[in-house]
Amino acid sequence: MKAHFESIAIPSGALLVSLLLFGVFIGIAGANPFEVFASIYRGAFGSWFAWQDTLVRAAPLMLTALCTALPARAGLIVIGGEGAMVAGGFSAALTGIALNGTFPPFIVITCMMFVAMLTGSLWIGAVGALRHYRGVNETISSLLLNYIAIALLNFFVVGMLKDPETLNKPSTYPIGDANMLGAMGSSSIHWGLGIGIIICIALWFLMRRTTFGFGMDVAGGNVRAAQLTGLPVGRLIVMACALGGAAAGLAGMIEVAAVHGRANTSLNAGYGYAGILVAFLARHNPLAIIPVAILLGGIRASGGLLQRAHDLPDATTLVMQGIIFVVILASEALYGRLPWLQPKAQPA
Amino acid sequence: MKRRTFLKGIAGAGSLAALGGAGITRAFADDKVKMGFVYVGPRDDYGYNQAHFEGKSAVAKQGWVKAFDEENVPETIEVIKTMESMINLDGAQVLFPTSFGYFPHILKIAEKYPKVMFLHCGGLWDASKHPKNVGSYFGYIDEPVYLAGIVAGHMSKTGKLGYIAAIPIPQVLRNINSFTLGARSVNPKITTNVVFTGGWANPVKEAESANSMVDQGIDVLTCHVDSPKVVVETAEKRGVMCCGYHTNQAVLAPKGFLTGAEWNWSKVYADYAEMIKGGKTIPNLVRGGIKEGIVKSSPYGAPVSDKARKHADEVRAKFMDGSMVVYKGTIKDNKGNTVIAAGKEYKQTDIWLESMDWLVEGVIGAAKS
Amino acid sequence: MSHEEIGLFGILFAVLGGAIRVGTPFLFVSLGECLTERSGRINLGLEGNLVMGAMLAYGISYLSGSPWLGVAAAAGAGAMLGLLHALLCQQPRVNDIAVGIALMLFGTGLAFFWGKPFIQPSAPHLPSLSLGAWSDSPALRSALEINVLFIAGIVLAPLLAWFFRNARWGLNVRCAGESTEAALAMGLNVNMIRLLATMAGGALAGVGGSFLSLYYPGSWNEGLSSGQGLMAVALVIFARWDPVKCVYASLLFGGAAALGPALQSAGITWGYYLFNAAPYVLTLAIMIATSSAKRRLPGLPGVFSNLK
Repeated sequence: MKAHFESIAIPSGALLVSLLLFGVFIGIAGANPFEVFASIYRGAFGSWFAWQDTLVRAAPLMLTALCTALPARAGLIVIGGEGAMVAGGFSAALTGIALNGTFPPFIVITCMMFVAMLTGSLWIGAVGALRHYRGVNETISSLLLNYIAIALLNFFVVGMLKDPETLNKPSTYPIGDANMLGAMGSSSIHWGLGIGIIICIALWFLMRRTTFGFGMDVAGGNVRAAQLTGLPVGRLIVMACALGGAAAGLAGMIEVAAVHGRANTSLNAGYGYAGILVAFLARHNPLAIIPVAILLGGIRASGGLLQRAHDLPDATTLVMQGIIFVVILASEALYGRLPWLQPKAQPA
Repeated sequence: MKRRTFLKGIAGAGSLAALGGAGITRAFADDKVKMGFVYVGPRDDYGYNQAHFEGKSAVAKQGWVKAFDEENVPETIEVIKTMESMINLDGAQVLFPTSFGYFPHILKIAEKYPKVMFLHCGGLWDASKHPKNVGSYFGYIDEPVYLAGIVAGHMSKTGKLGYIAAIPIPQVLRNINSFTLGARSVNPKITTNVVFTGGWANPVKEAESANSMVDQGIDVLTCHVDSPKVVVETAEKRGVMCCGYHTNQAVLAPKGFLTGAEWNWSKVYADYAEMIKGGKTIPNLVRGGIKEGIVKSSPYGAPVSDKARKHADEVRAKFMDGSMVVYKGTIKDNKGNTVIAAGKEYKQTDIWLESMDWLVEGVIGAAKS
Repeated sequence: MSHEEIGLFGILFAVLGGAIRVGTPFLFVSLGECLTERSGRINLGLEGNLVMGAMLAYGISYLSGSPWLGVAAAAGAGAMLGLLHALLCQQPRVNDIAVGIALMLFGTGLAFFWGKPFIQPSAPHLPSLSLGAWSDSPALRSALEINVLFIAGIVLAPLLAWFFRNARWGLNVRCAGESTEAALAMGLNVNMIRLLATMAGGALAGVGGSFLSLYYPGSWNEGLSSGQGLMAVALVIFARWDPVKCVYASLLFGGAAALGPALQSAGITWGYYLFNAAPYVLTLAIMIATSSAKRRLPGLPGVFSNLK
């Protein structure tokens, strides 16, 4: 219970500190920090419209965050979510195009999901395998794979797989309107959010409640010790990476099937990189990823209002995310060191 | 449990802010024409987005207009949210999403907001397919590009021109073709090398392309990327001539700048604003070239010879009186196929030209990646 | 026939010149990263230093009229970000790679935020030396138009190698990178060594950024860097933590990046996206070919081998 409390109090406190720092920054830049915070709140959580905006932006971040969070449990720092998302989205689109019209939408959508997850899991699974069996640094190899995925997507979309109808925005042929993921209920939020939340919860369960998850944590803590206890460390590492990659691949499929209806360069919109931030802020806990992704989605949703209402540059939200990231990481040092914090009420 | 606490933390931050500030009070009680602009890149890129931003700034000077904008909005669901936010929070009556890739996203929400007009730059509105409150506007920028080609044709000593382009899409291919046709109307032996950088903003690749081209003996450079600054400055540094694009880049290359093709969005946006103010029906399809004042040439730079000026001015006059047709047979592509047969002509307004997927004879480059 | 010759030599000169022009920022970030890693820390955030350096150098050069003041400011900003990295990393449980990613976001965010007014103006550029003045070929002359910063980088590399091998301070850096415990046992202030090494490395990355904005391509905008700073860590692995090999790696990278445009401008128009990805594929291939799960990579500072 004590550990639980700490793991909530410290990030919340860090969040407050970073908002304070951001307020100072924005004040120095000449804006009224209180009005800016009011706008952020209004743009992110101030109305049902704002909530929908926030949630729809949070959806892909949940899945791409898993691509960093799961390998991190096994001790690997993977930053390849962007590439896995692009690869997954592209393969999903090809699947959709191939099956469009010959099978009922339910089957087409299922196949698209399956192929996207398979592609993503191979993409990042390879990173894990290279790490374990060949000693290739996983951070760098996953970064390089991002560039390679994007180049391949461009090559095919601008070239041989281009639908000439798409004229000035080169894209593949459409997957068909029938095969699109719709909105949840009467909201404007697509099913990507529901899928993201379900997957986060499922993976949290896997990590926390199964021997597989436990083994992964042990391997992440100390490979030697894990090997001595007879754990299949290699398989655990590759599995963690493959699961993470599958999540990011699924994010790509959702982007194709819920937003664009085709694959094009907009698949490479930075969700994979933002996912790294979400994963670290959530301390690689799949369940914590959900609120953190919503928080980050909210910050991004409010960015437009900051531009229009306060004449702030679009980079304002980037600075804010940077400050939050830095402060939250710094707060890692406080775990277990602040017994005096325990009896006090939490800062929020 | 964790999620609740997190949300509580956020709510706390929100109320804290509300205590200190009065929040934003926005007076919508005015009857101003409210126009929202969305750009895919930064407002001040010395290129495509800046051209639109300048148009917005010009129209915003009218006391009865309220114009607001957002920069760096990607062509994803984010543009939908940006537009909806402009409608819901700022009361936008007309929206100008200025990037081509925004079009499918506009179509997704247009019917939900029937009172708002969505005017898209570059797209092709089709009465049979698209809702009534959507429209599109674009300029035949390849007219001033053709004129720049004429000037380049006169000025080039090596007979080799260079075009640095982002990706092979119809708008880009049409400019490359018009430039080349303009130059070859002066000297049919002229060739245009094309380098596709693969992206709309990649300064290092653009500079590298410019340098490689100069190394290949090319002596006039031009480009079709979001920001021509790097290409124009590199050309000047290497001592070759250049033609600008999107906006006027003359100051960046005092020695080698010839002319350029510019947008004149301030006129377009002012026209739209007047129409809304006067309660007129907004046309769904606005297209125009030099004659309509949507595009223009940059003033000639110092090196341009009198002969070149005279020739280009003559052709400009023909664009003005509507007698000039750029795509007039026989035109062959660079693989030797005849794409426009003898006697056949495609006027600027012909939408067949807007799906161009070939490069004209004399262009060294491929229309597919 | 002569046309083809021009084309071939053109490609050659373009790739040679490109190796130097495009490679210089890689050289600075890789030397910076090399220094930091030899002290036992990884700074993945040099992209932030690079972008921040590029913006500040351009802004200061524009405002003051002196590009060298701009370079100094870039180095200073890079050092400050490095300091922040070092201070955060010496806290317990704080992961250096994560801090790098955070500072990358922070640095680019700040640079974009403050850089808006400098996108439009033209700032004074850094001077260059015309080493090719003897040649008649304009292409060769241009390829040998060498910026002073490149020369500084070339000189710095062997100096850094000498520093690691012979200088007392250099030995201390290496010692801190080999084993924290051993260095502590020798009475070295490991945190201070790493802090200084990260600051110096960050400063070098800032200088690399100033090359981008003040020389090549020579202008500030938000798309200026295409990930040169991100590649620093890969380049250092590539160069086996050897400063002199960093020069080769950077030149190879620069040349590979110049290959795509050079081939196209000579009329080879197929598959430019794939050529553009060549440097990344090449790096990955070399990493796979030379790594091993069994033995430590030659040159790898000992601290990192415990991470496995």
